[in-house]
Amino acid sequence: MAHAYQTDQYEGMIAETVSMRGHNGDTINAYVARPLGSGPFPGMVVIHHAPGWDEWYRECTRKFAHHGFVSISPNLYFRDGHGTPEDVGAKVRAAGGAPDTRVLGDLEGANSLLRSLPYVSRKIGVFGTCSGGRQAFLAGCKLKGFDAVIECWGGRVVMSKEELTPSQPVAPIEYTKDLSAPILGLFGNEDKSPTPEQVNQHEAELKKHSKQYEFHRYDGAGHGFFYYDRAAYRQEQAMDGWKKLFAFTDRTLR
Amino acid sequence: MCTMIAQQVKILGRGKSGPEWFDVREANVSYDHPYDLPLEHALNIDFVNEAMGPGARVAVELSVDAARQLVRTIQAVLAEADQRGVLEDCPVVAVPARESSTA
Repeated sequence: MAHAYQTDQYEGMIAETVSMRGHNGDTINAYVARPLGSGPFPGMVVIHHAPGWDEWYRECTRKFAHHGFVSISPNLYFRDGHGTPEDVGAKVRAAGGAPDTRVLGDLEGANSLLRSLPYVSRKIGVFGTCSGGRQAFLAGCKLKGFDAVIECWGGRVVMSKEELTPSQPVAPIEYTKDLSAPILGLFGNEDKSPTPEQVNQHEAELKKHSKQYEFHRYDGAGHGFFYYDRAAYRQEQAMDGWKKLFAFTDRTLR
Repeated sequence: MCTMIAQQVKILGRGKSGPEWFDVREANVSYDHPYDLPLEHALNIDFVNEAMGPGARVAVELSVDAARQLVRTIQAVLAEADQRGVLEDCPVVAVPARESSTA
């Protein structure tokens, strides 16, 4: 989605990797992008997807900055070693993903860092796609301090007993009653994880607990339809999704 | 990944990634998002050496049909070698790690 800026306006951005405190006080790295100026700007914690802390997520973090957010994408795989995003992501894939407890600790650390910055307003959102969508929902339920949740095709929010592991011991849907912020959900109707039926269950649970939610489901799209670098990209649905996303953050974080 | 269907098996072998061969000690088999194959999910095999770090990795991403055919073919080749009495087996745990080269 194009930002509605004027061609004669000043614009600037800083984007860089930083160190931050994550789960258990561990030092991890993160990518931060912010507009120049004193703000105050709303914050956005950007949760990278399962394939890794990759270029798409660098660009996504800068996109939020372009739209006026101080955005931070913590490297949730920092403790799994360093190398190319694909190699590190493959290692985490083999391990069955990052542990929920550790991820939540890292997201809480990212939230705290944003709140410590003088140019960040008191409003902070959390955004994630794929496993990051699941983790964004988890963060909205288990952590305090998020004012908006954006869950894009979060797989395994609904989990069977057989899918539970020591790293992911509880299906996030079980925490729905604890959700403390409005949530926007974007899903593709051809997705296999989450399936439309699982999205139905997710929505029914939100409704049951009278949560403020807004779900948009797209025909002709499957999993990851924002990813322009993958075959899953669907231009029309992606552009509409971004439009709805920024309309949602205008209402919840401005 | 969004299915988190993954298993690891200890293996013994050598793999090549870039110009150098290295010891592969583990095979990570998953059915989840591939990196390059244009499918939502694929059968992914990463031949790795965890002791050498994430970069020590030889990766293949297969369609389900390709993966099934590969399994059948491996079994058929091993069966033929066995039938002809030329199998040279070696338990995975019995061989010490070689000096690692760069991955």
